Amino acid sequence: MAMSQSWPRITTLGVDGFLVSFGEQLSEPANRAALAFRNALEHENWDGVEETTTSLVSTYLRFDPVWRSHAELCSALQALVKQQDWFAAKLPGGRRLWHVPTVFGTPLAPQFEEAAAMAGMTGDAAIASISQTRLRVQTIGFAPGQPYLGALPDAWDIPRQTGLTGKVPAGALTVAIRQLVLFSVTAPTGWRHIGQTGLRLFRPDAEQPFVLRAGDEVLFVPTTVESFANMRDDPSGGAKSEAIR
Amino acid sequence: MSRHLTVHRIGPGATVQDQGRPGYLANGLSRGGAVDALALYEGAALLGQDPTAAVLEMPGTGGTFEASEDMRVALTGAPMRASIDDTPLVWNASHLLPKGARLMIGAAEIGNYGYLHLGGGLQPDMRLGARSAHLAGGIGGVVQPGTQIPVGSDAARHQVGNCINVTPRFGGGMLRIVPCAQTALFDQAQIARFLSAEFRRDMRGNRMGVRLLCDGKGYHSDAGLSVLSEVIVPGDIQVTGDGTPFVLLSECQTTGGYPRIGAVLPADLPIVAQARPGAVFRFCMLSLAEAVDVERQDRARRLGLASKMRPLIRNPHDIPDLLSFQLISGATTGSDLDG
Repeated sequence: MAMSQSWPRITTLGVDGFLVSFGEQLSEPANRAALAFRNALEHENWDGVEETTTSLVSTYLRFDPVWRSHAELCSALQALVKQQDWFAAKLPGGRRLWHVPTVFGTPLAPQFEEAAAMAGMTGDAAIASISQTRLRVQTIGFAPGQPYLGALPDAWDIPRQTGLTGKVPAGALTVAIRQLVLFSVTAPTGWRHIGQTGLRLFRPDAEQPFVLRAGDEVLFVPTTVESFANMRDDPSGGAKSEAIR
Repeated sequence: MSRHLTVHRIGPGATVQDQGRPGYLANGLSRGGAVDALALYEGAALLGQDPTAAVLEMPGTGGTFEASEDMRVALTGAPMRASIDDTPLVWNASHLLPKGARLMIGAAEIGNYGYLHLGGGLQPDMRLGARSAHLAGGIGGVVQPGTQIPVGSDAARHQVGNCINVTPRFGGGMLRIVPCAQTALFDQAQIARFLSAEFRRDMRGNRMGVRLLCDGKGYHSDAGLSVLSEVIVPGDIQVTGDGTPFVLLSECQTTGGYPRIGAVLPADLPIVAQARPGAVFRFCMLSLAEAVDVERQDRARRLGLASKMRPLIRNPHDIPDLLSFQLISGATTGSDLDG
């Protein structure tokens, strides 16, 4: 049910969802537009809307189609889409900057050298390149609390592995296609394991079960194996956050 | 522990389930909950309680259970051979499980997922607003032998011995779908072929989704595999790299990178979950308006289940302790014993 051919595009997902997409490919403006549009939707608080979220370049909303018709909600979405240029929108407030201690390479992160070589960098240059890039949580997905972060400099446009790594541990920092994924669970992956953190991103029994939110920013701060070992008992692995103003 | 159910023996993969945890998509956690959501309503109707009560979901086979005090139970979903102290039990019915008696639930005769409901509901600790296990998300786990599961207090202690006619959903069949955001990535010829083909349920399937096998060549979108990861929801039909469709169920991930040819209506997801390997499916495409009508009717049907309930009619030959029944006083009406 495509209602418009240009971006943003409103389509349906399932019987009870709408997707407002801001592009076909990942780009900073499309990701920012999706985050800003979701923020606007949350403020609108429309009757019948039950949940909203974002993917890399889209905002999704789930609603009760028996209570509120598709036509009604679609025209409300069209009006909100037209209200401003979402590609020029500011990021929502309430975001945080996280500093996450990270061991790059060593046996804790065995694919660091390989990934650095693919990016055409020495180990030191690769650590500098990643740790000095302020990365945005572009979306949370795949597993509870698990962020996709970007964008790294162009040199990191390296493909995923053709095979899968049997498993990487929770807290593993992995890289592919100018993005990083910080694993919240132990899982198999096609992304290369370049760093290890002690940050537990999903704590089902804690008052705040999820650490990161889409739109937050992250700096991966190089640390030594020794200081990493000393932070083992801290579920945050030494990570600290500050409000972004 | 006060009121509880002791699990003496349990089949692999059994979990406590309820209606899941809506509202955490933005945190990467899918709703989860019972894969056969209709079974929750059937059990709730039989016990006269809220469909939000937590139940035991048993894939393939059940187990042996004992109650710490007299409790009401109901059995729904895939019919399994069941008995209390060797007295056979009718499926899709409510029964009294006396304190200390052994409830034995065997293998499913048809379908996959059987459900054991308790009067008052199972009450393991709430986590993120629900009691259900979400295995993929790392919340809770499979039920182990020797576990004691807390059971809530039961408001309607005396209402047992009812049965209900259920919607048949254990042998595959027609699945109603709607187009979705990515249907247009498939050309008209692919969609037409998809809607005229037969599919068989593959061996591979779990609470996250079910893989379907197709005869001949698979399905391929014009966008190939270069589709950006997008929000996925239960019911979505992802077409994976080898061209086979995969229908997502309640515990699916929150984003997926394979193109989707359509979405199965929520009302038909129990058919997907309950079909055994080899069961045959076909798809038919509805308009969104038609799909909303189906959803409206399905809700009304679920909420009206209680009015479809009737007393179990027992054959006197099946009642081993017939002489102990009070056949004359008000406790039993003569009609209960007909036939």
